[in-house]
Amino acid sequence: MKRQAIVMNDKDNVATAVTDLQKGLEAVVEIKSQITQIAIQEDIPLGHKFAISNIATGEDIIKYASVIGQASENITIGMHVHTQNVMSLRGRGDKVIDGRDINE
Amino acid sequence: MNETFMGYRRPNGSVGIRNHVVVLSAMDNVNGVVKKISSQVKDVLPITILYGRGQFGQDNDLTINTLIGMGKNPNIASVLVVSLEKVSAKKIADGIAQSKKPVAYLSVQDCGGSLEAAYQGSKIALEMVLQASEQQREECLFSELILGVECGGSDTTSGIASNPAVGYVADKVVDSGGVVFLSETSEFMGAEHVLAERASSPDVAKKIWAAVKRIEDDAKSRGVDIRGANPVPDNIAGGLTTIEEKSLGAIMKGGTAVIQDLLEYGQAPTGKGLYLMDTPAPASESMTALVAGGAQVILFSTGKGNIMGNPIAPTIKISGNPKTVKTMIANIDLDVTGITEGTENLSQGGDKILEELIKVCSGKKTKAEVLGEEQIAISRIQPTV
Repeated sequence: MKRQAIVMNDKDNVATAVTDLQKGLEAVVEIKSQITQIAIQEDIPLGHKFAISNIATGEDIIKYASVIGQASENITIGMHVHTQNVMSLRGRGDKVIDGRDINE
Repeated sequence: MNETFMGYRRPNGSVGIRNHVVVLSAMDNVNGVVKKISSQVKDVLPITILYGRGQFGQDNDLTINTLIGMGKNPNIASVLVVSLEKVSAKKIADGIAQSKKPVAYLSVQDCGGSLEAAYQGSKIALEMVLQASEQQREECLFSELILGVECGGSDTTSGIASNPAVGYVADKVVDSGGVVFLSETSEFMGAEHVLAERASSPDVAKKIWAAVKRIEDDAKSRGVDIRGANPVPDNIAGGLTTIEEKSLGAIMKGGTAVIQDLLEYGQAPTGKGLYLMDTPAPASESMTALVAGGAQVILFSTGKGNIMGNPIAPTIKISGNPKTVKTMIANIDLDVTGITEGTENLSQGGDKILEELIKVCSGKKTKAEVLGEEQIAISRIQPTV
């Protein structure tokens, strides 16, 4: 049977939709070998991510068991996780002020 | 694994999967002559470039070495180098001749203009095509293969399906005693820890960290967020949120083997196994370097769809995005959407790629090859004067 979403690693806090998921859908997701249902809060296009746990501002977004960015606002379970609420931590020339990286 | 394919044995013992006769521009001002020759002589592969004149220092070395590396690629039976003047033409021809294949050169100034150069070049190319046409394919081993892996137009299905499936084949090639090139340095950013852990020595690990730092420092010196250039807008539309996420998916196409070394742009490997190559991410520049390093074939993973192939090394397009395989079927050779949707496992998808790889190495054409969606682009690292 075709799945709706995939979690790449047990340590991840996001799942990736492998088909278009509509708001209000109870998406079936396998998390740590358990079949779980997650209420989708916004439309999630194929390939886009949604939270499988609540993630507070400043917390790491984890995919492939690695940090892929940081939450720029509070994200609740079932919300779309993308550029509108995730900051990249790498290659941020826009964060360099007077030659100094403000992240460092 | 004892996989074999039918290839062309070259005078230096290397093996080609195509039998191209190449007419190669040494600089952009002779591209018209190269095109004239290829319009007169059938079965010639014209390779034209931009720039090549007034380049100096490191930038000039990179151009010359890439041209020589491309000419040496075993998919090429023989080469005619065309330049405006004889010094550059001879330098490149001499470099290619180290591979013991037939090489000739001509200078447009010494021929007396473009029409005369096209006439003399056509006569040389005619003989080269006749000679190459006599060569037969013979059985060759996978250990004689250099596989380049590339991704372009990536989305999150790339990291779920097409990249790991390509990585499965990369592991098979390494296990068979062959070579795999994984390139696109900016797409190691955020995944260096995974790569460095697999480095063959602490020195190689240091090289990996340093190469990524160089890219990141460059992004910082330009004062802008790298997001927008990498990931590009279609990556973001496909669900890739950050460069970290893109990189962690991208490196999977290299498989899981020990990383022998980090090669420079277009550098040939010094042994067997998996090598990283320090190249920009865009496909034309990256694949040009892979081919200059000796790659005979490229597995190209795509999500949103990227049509680019390399004219010298056949490029097999693989996608696990169920929408793209429908909308861009003219540009996708293999469909691994089953892995994305969970109806096919990685080894089933990977074996499909392996089977196609053997066919392409033995002569089957790829879609990019038939459609001519091919481009050479040599990177530039310093301005011309």
